[in-house]
Order: sequence, then C-alpha cells, then structure tokens
Amino acid sequence: MEAFTVVRGPAAPLMLPDINTDILYPGRRSGNRLPAGKGDLGLDAFGPLRYLPDGSENPSFVLNQDRFRGAPILLAAQNFGCGSSREHAVWALRALGIRCVIAISFGDIFFGNCFQNGMLPIVLGDEVLHSLAEEAASGQPLEVNLQSLVLTSPRGNPISFAVNPTRRLQLLEGLDELDVGLRRRDLITAFQQADRRSRPWVYEVPGVASAT
Amino acid sequence: MGGRTLIDKIWDEHVIAELEDGLDLLHVDRHLVTDVTSPGAFATLSKRSVEVLTPELTFGSPEHSVTILAGRTEDSNPMSRDFVPLMRRNFAEHGLTLFDIDSPDQGIVHVIGPELGLTLPGTTVVCGDSHTCTNGGLGALGFGIGTTELAHVLATQSLVQRRPSMMRITFTGRLAPRVEPKDLILSTISRLGADAGAGRAIEFAGPVIEELAAEQRMTICNLAVELGAKIGLIAPDDITFEYVESRRYAPKGELFETAIEYWRGLVSDADAVFDREEVIDAGIVGPQITWGTSPAHSIPLDGRVPDPASAPDRTTQGQWAQALEYMDVEPGQSLDGLPIQWVFIGSCTNARLSDLETAAAVIRGRTVSPNVRALVVPGSSAVKRAAEAKGLDDIFTDAGFEWGEPGCGLCPGLGGVTLEPGERCVSTSNRNFMGRQGAGVRTHLAGAATAALSAIEGSIADVRRG
Repeated sequence: MEAFTVVRGPAAPLMLPDINTDILYPGRRSGNRLPAGKGDLGLDAFGPLRYLPDGSENPSFVLNQDRFRGAPILLAAQNFGCGSSREHAVWALRALGIRCVIAISFGDIFFGNCFQNGMLPIVLGDEVLHSLAEEAASGQPLEVNLQSLVLTSPRGNPISFAVNPTRRLQLLEGLDELDVGLRRRDLITAFQQADRRSRPWVYEVPGVASAT
Repeated sequence: MGGRTLIDKIWDEHVIAELEDGLDLLHVDRHLVTDVTSPGAFATLSKRSVEVLTPELTFGSPEHSVTILAGRTEDSNPMSRDFVPLMRRNFAEHGLTLFDIDSPDQGIVHVIGPELGLTLPGTTVVCGDSHTCTNGGLGALGFGIGTTELAHVLATQSLVQRRPSMMRITFTGRLAPRVEPKDLILSTISRLGADAGAGRAIEFAGPVIEELAAEQRMTICNLAVELGAKIGLIAPDDITFEYVESRRYAPKGELFETAIEYWRGLVSDADAVFDREEVIDAGIVGPQITWGTSPAHSIPLDGRVPDPASAPDRTTQGQWAQALEYMDVEPGQSLDGLPIQWVFIGSCTNARLSDLETAAAVIRGRTVSPNVRALVVPGSSAVKRAAEAKGLDDIFTDAGFEWGEPGCGLCPGLGGVTLEPGERCVSTSNRNFMGRQGAGVRTHLAGAATAALSAIEGSIADVRRG
C-alpha cells in the first residue's frame, strides 16, 4: 500500500451532504473486472455529478474546473461516502488522484476502507470546514501533514486534526493489515478452541464438515 | 460498572484481543459472500498463497450479477458470465459452501442467511455488502465490509474494528392499518437524518418492534445503514427463536437448547447507557414515499415535497435543490398521482414471503397499468417456491407483473434489466441515490403495498385509498 506522509495541492470543495458510494462509483459498473482495471475506475468516479445526460462533462462540477482537475484533496460536508461497502468507491477516488478527503462526517464503511488504500479521511467541524472551503475556492494549495497531524490552509493557517494512532501508523508506513492479521492466526485459533467449548452451536454447523 | 447494552454483550463475546487505540480484534462467526465484491479478496489470497482459516463458517451465493428475468442462466448477461464461474472456482478452491445460481437455496445473501439458519442470534455476521445489518433482525451483529477486510476475514476469521458508540431507537404506540415497517423506518430516517447513526450501532426497541414478525424486523434493520450506522439490531426473543428453530443450518436438539439459554441473556440491561436515545411514536406514521435522492428524503403520501428554503442548513439546502432538479419535482408538490414507468418489488429490504403477500393482497384481481413495467423478484429460491405454493405467482402474472428469478436486480441497477434516463421507478429497495438504478433514473422508495398499488394505477398511489 502506498504510504501517506505529506500531501500538498488544490483542495476541491464539494460541499454537499451524503455524497454516496453510488455517486463515487456506480454499483452497476462494479462488473468492471478486478483487479485488472483499477486505473479505469476513475472514468466513472462521480459519474452522476461529473457528466451530463449526453455523456459530456458537466462544466459546473468542481473537479471539471481547470483549477481542480487532478486535485489531491477533496472537501465535503456531512456523511461523505455513505451507502455501499464497495471498496470501488475508494479505488475510484484514488484513480482520480485524490489522496485525502476532509469532511464533517463519513459513512462508517467508506471511512474504514480509506485506511486500507492509502487514503486519509479527516473529520473537521462544520465551521472550520466551511471557511477552509472558502479559502480553497481559489485553487491555492492546501497541505496535509500526517506526520505532524496539522493541515495548513491556503492562507497559511495551521489546523490540527486527529487520526486514530494505529490507523495513522498504518498510513504513514503503508502497512498492510492482512500481514499483521496473518501473524495473529495462532492467537485466533486459540480463541476459537476456547470459544468452541462455550458456544459450540456457532461452530458445529449441521451438514457442514469442520476443517479442524 | 454500569449495565451493558445488547450490542456491547455480543461485541464483548467476540473480542479475541484488545488492540491499541480502542481497536478490537473481533471474531467473525458467519461470513456471507457475494459474487461481485469477493473476487479481489480471493485474488489477494492466491497472490500470497494463503488458505481460508475456517472454511466451514463461510457461505455464499451469486446475487448481484445474476439476471433476474425468467429463464436466466449464468450466460444471460455479461456480468454473471464473468462473476458466477469465478465465484464457483474460488469457492471450490477453498472448500466453501456455495449456493450456486441453479441451487434450490440460491438467493440474496441477507435473505438466505436467516432463511437457512446460518444467521443466528448473538453471532457476528459480516459480508462485503452494506446491508448486512439486515441480519440484525434476528439479533445478530451484522455489518458490511470492504474487499480488503473481506480478505482479512477469509484469512483470519477476524477483523480489526473500533467499537461503535451506542444508539437506541424506541418505537412506541402502534402502527396504523396499511402502514408497513418499511414506512416506519423511512419516516425515521427522514426525521433523524441520513447520518444520525454515523459511528454508532443502533438497537431498535419498544412495543412496536416486539410485535413485529422476524421478517419485518429484518426490513427495519436493513435500513439502519441508511441512518449512517453499520450495525442495526433487535434483541432476540421467542419470535426470533421460533423463526430460527428447525432451519437447516441452525443448531439442533441439545445444542439448540444451549443456544437459546444463552440467547435469552441478549438484552440491554435496564441501566445500560446509550450515547444517543430517540423515542418515536409509530402511531403517527403514514405510508411513505421518497421525493429526492437520499432515503432521508421521505414524506408521507399525503405530504408535500419540501422547499429547500426550509432545509436545516446551507449544504442540505444545496442537496435538496439538486435532488429536486434530478427528480424533476417541485417544492409543495404532492407525489400522489405522479405518473411512473416502472415498479420493482424486490431486494434484501422487501422480498421475503410476507412482503410478496402484502403486495399480492393489493393487486389480486386487478391489472397493471399499460404504462408501467412491473417486476416482482423474490429474495431467494425458497421464497419463490413458497410464494408459488400459495399461488402468489399467478396473482402477480395475471395482473401483468413479471415474476422474476432471485437476485438483487433493479435495486443496484443490475439484473439484466435497463431503465432509461428520466424514467421513474417506485421501488421497494433501499437506495434512491442519483444514478443507482441507471443513469438519470428517478427512484421513489416505498413499501410493498404502495409499490403494488402504484403499478396498478400507473402513478404513485396512497394505499389507504386503494
């Protein structure tokens, strides 16, 4: 996984609530085979907002404006990434070059998926975010420093933010959670052995052969 | 120490290890797998030569990619031609239990999980699908996961999770006649907002919930995620135990007795503390229809589309304006009588036998409007057989509905059926997001009875009239 330390660049303000996973990446497109074409996912990202009914670009959509095309940071309002669990939503944003989303709140599953894919989700308060969006509207760059947990607004104002320390480390070092998980397999098997005694009905599934 | 909530009790039972920073390593009791979100995870396993740790706890069925029209095979559409054989290979390679496209047990995983007795009270159930919270209707702690997490579950039968904060929604009063659980939960989302449950797990409680049948409870929990919560569940009780007993994969005999004894303890303590509590009078809820592009955009059938000027804040105002434009409706408009082109009765929200019975009761002896294409898609093969045994299929097809094959179908804009931009669909599914059922398609969420009557009338209809 690509590590995240410092990201600097324009921050595109998309100040609408409930930007859902079907907007980030339509479910009916998830037939695009993986892992073959992650890169192509970017084409469908934000589809319903980004394109007009005839398939041409919607000029009023923020990421279609020259100053925000390829912006690595996105600013949003409440409940960003609500909806589906599909990780395609995060992959599609990454394919567009987005590394960090700053919002008032996030959909829980999307929030978790971000950390698995080198994407930093930051929660900021309503007022701070709106003033940040105003500053960022010019296209002047914003800097996000995960090392120091400080972001610097386009006008140079420092704003501190919080990230779960374990998740922060995961991003800073580009750690893969599965590697860590695999090292815990003995611990997990031991838990299952004990648990099987107290909750045998979980493990003894009628008609399904146990591998252990 | 104060009392524990129902969710705390289930959570605590599954903690393998407390990790740093408030994260827990949580055991997964049941892993349900779908066709579309799992291939990346199996590819990860192959790349690293990792085996599935506990294959006997993993079950799956192709549901998203499959065509839902009669006579379907896996070759009926390009997506299922890719995903169904791929799923079959992955499951065979790891020795997992698959309910394949031609199996008598095939279906939407959140329908077959409970139906086959895989989903049990007090278990953790995960799936690469956000509506895994549906399983909470039986008192299971179910939640959706991404593909990377899916690989983690396959390889370790566990997940690293942060314990959510606790929310309880208590429904008092009594549902009015012709008002469905779907109406109740849509109305609740509209009242509390699509992010009311963000970062939280929701317990649904109160006299209204206690009286609901197990299938109806699943509909309530299904929409917990549309409140922003990964988890929604209901304390298991005798209604639950009766539902679970004698299901194929449920524990039998002495094991079942042991389980019930344990399950009876799965209630929130009287002194349990919730971070947020809401009490809602169910008696004032009428049949609902959504006007906009979020499940929170729901109004009673006799209500009016709201004016963005009355939105609670600036960003919501912008969203409402955008939704009005997308849906081509006006502030102050009544939706009753608005012409539609499609009706979809199906999905993990409302495609169980009781939902089909509700819809059939409305349409019996009547005819679908010539302007509407109407589909009924049972949630599973078992639901389909049970409905056919009761003659529901004849009631639907005589009325002019198409009687489909089990799958997610039109809910996420799949199933081998294409809706055109600008078309309007009354759908019993769970999301009316922009473009979800097809580019430019306008989705109005509703309960089964409302959808059925709307198909007959050719326009959005109030079941209290019909």
